[in-house]
Order: sequence, then C-alpha cells, then structure tokens
Amino acid sequence: MTTLKLGVPSKGRLMDKTFDWFADRGVEMRRSGSDREYSAHVDGADVDLVLLSAGEIPRELQAGRIDLGVTGSDLVRERIPAWQDVVKELHPMGFGFADLIIAVPAFWIDVNSIDDLDAAAADFRRRHGHRLRIATKYHRLVREFLREAGVADYQLVDSQGATEGTVKNLTAEAIADITSTGETLRANHLTILQGGLIHRSQAVLFKSRMAEWSPQKRATLQELLDKLS
Amino acid sequence: MTDKITVRAEAERLFAFFKAAGAMPVDADLLQPADTLLDLYGEDIRARAYVTQDPDRGEMMLRPDFTVPVVQTHMEHGGEPARYTYLGEVFRKQQAGSRRATEYLQVGYEVFDRADPERADAEVFSLFNEALSPLGLRPATGDIGILKAAVETLETTERRKNALMRHIWRPRRFRTLLDRFTGRVEMDPSRKLLLEKVAKEGAEKLIMAAGPEIGLRSRADVLARIEALQAEAAVPPISSNQAQVLDEILSIRETLPNAHQHLRDITVDLPGLGPSVERMARRMAALQDAGVEVSELPFEASYGRTTMEYYDGFVFGFLAEARPDLPPVATGGRYDALTRVLGRGQEIPAVGGVVRPELVQQLREGLA
Repeated sequence: MTTLKLGVPSKGRLMDKTFDWFADRGVEMRRSGSDREYSAHVDGADVDLVLLSAGEIPRELQAGRIDLGVTGSDLVRERIPAWQDVVKELHPMGFGFADLIIAVPAFWIDVNSIDDLDAAAADFRRRHGHRLRIATKYHRLVREFLREAGVADYQLVDSQGATEGTVKNLTAEAIADITSTGETLRANHLTILQGGLIHRSQAVLFKSRMAEWSPQKRATLQELLDKLS
Repeated sequence: MTDKITVRAEAERLFAFFKAAGAMPVDADLLQPADTLLDLYGEDIRARAYVTQDPDRGEMMLRPDFTVPVVQTHMEHGGEPARYTYLGEVFRKQQAGSRRATEYLQVGYEVFDRADPERADAEVFSLFNEALSPLGLRPATGDIGILKAAVETLETTERRKNALMRHIWRPRRFRTLLDRFTGRVEMDPSRKLLLEKVAKEGAEKLIMAAGPEIGLRSRADVLARIEALQAEAAVPPISSNQAQVLDEILSIRETLPNAHQHLRDITVDLPGLGPSVERMARRMAALQDAGVEVSELPFEASYGRTTMEYYDGFVFGFLAEARPDLPPVATGGRYDALTRVLGRGQEIPAVGGVVRPELVQQLREGLA
C-alpha cells in the first residue's frame, strides 16, 4: 500500500467546506464522474479520497482502513475509547463548529450550574422515586463529564434524534446535545446550563495511528502537510 | 501467564478455607438485571460493567460483583445469622489501553449477623488475614462510619449534612460542598443573583415568566428548591473550628491504636463522635482476640472513600507492596445500608470481603 487514503464527509456542507478548506491551501479535490458517484481524487498527489459518512470516519480511522480523515472532534471523542492513542489531531479546520452542552427547561430558574444540577437531581430522586433522566446520544462524553464534575443521581437515556423534544414528551428531564445557534433549544423552552459545556467541537483533520505507515506514505503525508501549514 | 486451571485450583483452596470456617456455599446468576445495579451505583457503573440486552428482561449486566445478588438472596430467604462463601467469575470493563483483567475469579465470604457487629468485622478481617498470611501483604483498614459520624455531628442543617453524606464517596465534590458551607468560598454569583431577584419579585412570578412548565420536574419542585436555597442562604456557615476538626479526622493515617487514641482526643470537642470511636475500640479488642497483631495495623480514615461506594463502616484491603502495578489482592467491609436498600423494608448488619485468586496465585509463584 503506497497511496495515502483520506476519508472525507460524503455529502452536504461538511463535504463542501472540506473541499474548500483543502482548495484554499492549494490541494484540489474533485469528485470523479457524476455528482452521485462516491469516489474522488486529489490533483497532483498520491492520495485517494474515500467518501464516507462523517459518522463512519472515526471507525475507519480506528481500524486503520484510512490513513487520514476529516470529521467532527466530538464524534472521535465519543466513539473511540482512549482516542489519543488511536488518532492524532493534525489540523483543526475552523468550521463545523458545534458545542456539546447540557440544557434544562428554561423555567428551572434554580438550576444555573453543575452544582445545581447535582442538587436538583438528588431532590428529584427523592420526590419522584427515580434518577433524573438526561437524554443524549453522546453517552461516553456526557458520562465522563458528569463523573468528573461529581454529579450523582442522574440517568442517561438514549436519544438518537429530536432530543430537544424529549423533555416535553416526558422521556427525560434534561438533555445533552450538540447545538450551534441555540434556536432549537429556545423553541423547545430549554436553556443552556452554565458550566455545562462538555465539548466544543469542530471539523478536524485526523491521522490514524493504527494505519500502516510505509515510508512512501510518510513522504506523501509530509508533502501534504507542507502544503496545508 | 498464569493458566486458568492453576488459578481455579487456588480459588478452590480459598473456597474450601471459607467453607471450613463455617460458611455455606452460594452461587449467583452471571446475568444480573441492570436496573438494580444502576440504581445502586449510578450511571458510572456502565463504564465498568458489560451491559447486554435481553428481549424479555431488558438491560442485563454481566455480574460485576457477588455482593448484590448474595444480599438479595439472603434478604429473600436467608436464615439468621448466616455466613456465605462463593466462587465465580466477575466481569469488569477496563479503560482502553489498561491491561487489567476484564474477567476474573472472586472468592468471597459474607456475614449477616445482628449479634455483635464489631466481632463480625474482626472475624472477616482475621479470616482474610489468615488465608493470605504467607504472601506478606500490607493490610489497610479504615472506617467510613467515623466519617459519617463526623458529618452527623456538625452543628448545621439536616440538608447540609445530607448533601455532605451523599458525597462522602466523591471526595472532590465533598470538598466543594464543605468549602461552600464553611464560607471558605463565596456564594456562586448566579445563585446570589437568583436570590436577589426572588427577594424582589417573588419566586412564583419568576418561574412563570421564565417559560412553560415542561417535563416531570414541576414548578412545585423548582419552588421547593428555591425555598431550600433561601433557607440555606440564611443559615450561618459551619464554624471554621468544626471544619478543621473534620479535616483533621479525614487526614488521620496512623497505626490503629494511635488512630483510636487520636480520635478519642477529638471526641472531647466532638462528643457526637463517641459511639463510633467506642465501636472502633470494640473492634480493636475483637481483632486482638481473633489473633490479629493490632499494634502495627495501619488505619487510614479516608481509606475506601474513592473505590468502595457501598461500604458504610469498617473497610479493609490487602495490598502487595512490592507489586504496585497489581490491584488489591483482597478488599472488604461493612455494608449495613446496602441491605436496607435491597431489603425492601428489612435490614441486617452485614460485612464481607472478596479475594482474587489469580493474584494470590501470581504472588505465590513469585515467592516460590
């Protein structure tokens, strides 16, 4: 294997911005054939583009099936245990910003900090007989954050979409989710908890530590990095 | 690589030892309902136990320890007093990259006996001490009961004591709370602002204005907590004197007789501590009677605070000093409160411990 494999998001704004980011640094990527064909290449470099869903890129990096990959830093931290041992952050790319936050109903005026959330969870369990439920799809990140903060008497419930609606639907008391503008939160009468910022995510160019790094591939990477810096 | 057959033989030897001491052998299911364990340990257990799904029974966990199922079995149909021993695999998820075992055998010994709790503490400790004596391990002891009593004797509100009690097993959060209750750190600015606004406009009005009532936590819940916050703000701080005594207790780390003397001296200022310090004395005497050399036995008041969440009295461990890479070879303690939680209205004083035969076997090989 001599050709460097670079995984990039296969659709939408994330793909466009990735192509733009590389183009701005003199690395032209283009899709081969029609717009619908999932293959692409990089002009003038020994690099194969692999178009993948952003959510699959962490797994492919972890397996070493791609050498480089562009994906959200939140996805890497959530999906790869001990991620620093598995991938290396080469370049934060300055787009795809989103914050993983904890949000609670706006009328909870007594809950402004993580300390408050912990105390409210204790009261809630005593008054309602079960742990305070937090809906999220970021189980690992949220659990680690709350453990660090010493929060007890909470329970994570899985929510893979429309997480902001779970409180109104009585399946959770609070949520932990990605937000970029906060509009959806406001529309669902939720407010961001101060000190509840779990991770500030953006698109990052990652290098897999699990891939086989032949001398040729290392040389190609160095050429690429020279252009990108 | 220690092979499984050898480890099992070591486990059988320990199992026989506990049976000979009068324990009845018991077993437990490998698949345990996740709810019970989650309610007990909180969400953190997910990071430490293997979770799987059963179509009928919902979320199940691969047995992370025997204590919970053994307590349940005893509470349902055990006679009293009872002594149990068990041998079997437990499963623990480890952090990525850590090379610690994810499945290993445990041999345990548990005592459910109302008669003389301190004698039961001593019985369990001395049995483990005897079983492990050829290995030259360093024993560690502590007493969560002393910490609980120290919190209980603080001259402050029940709410503050409950908050501290709830976080005894999370030293950092405990420290944050204590700093706040003693006034060592100022009130959180957002809390201050809230209380000012509430004083001016009234809590109900503010809650109504902030947004519609959604979810199970109701406006009444919010109101109740605001009232508690107002009451809390009006309570004087815990005196720095008392906080210092608490710090002093937390940092005790001496031989058992010296620690006991030290705590007795503290009891002069903090009479509420008396009963637990007396229990400590009775336990020390019982240990001596059981043939344990107590004069050099280490005692550490904070021992067990970070790792042994359901223990609420005497705690102990046996560590291989020459092998700091190994986890404790044996651990145990008293867990009266756990029997209350799992007992549905019943409770019984209980104490026990577990040993990891594969570590015993490894250390034994090292000695040979």
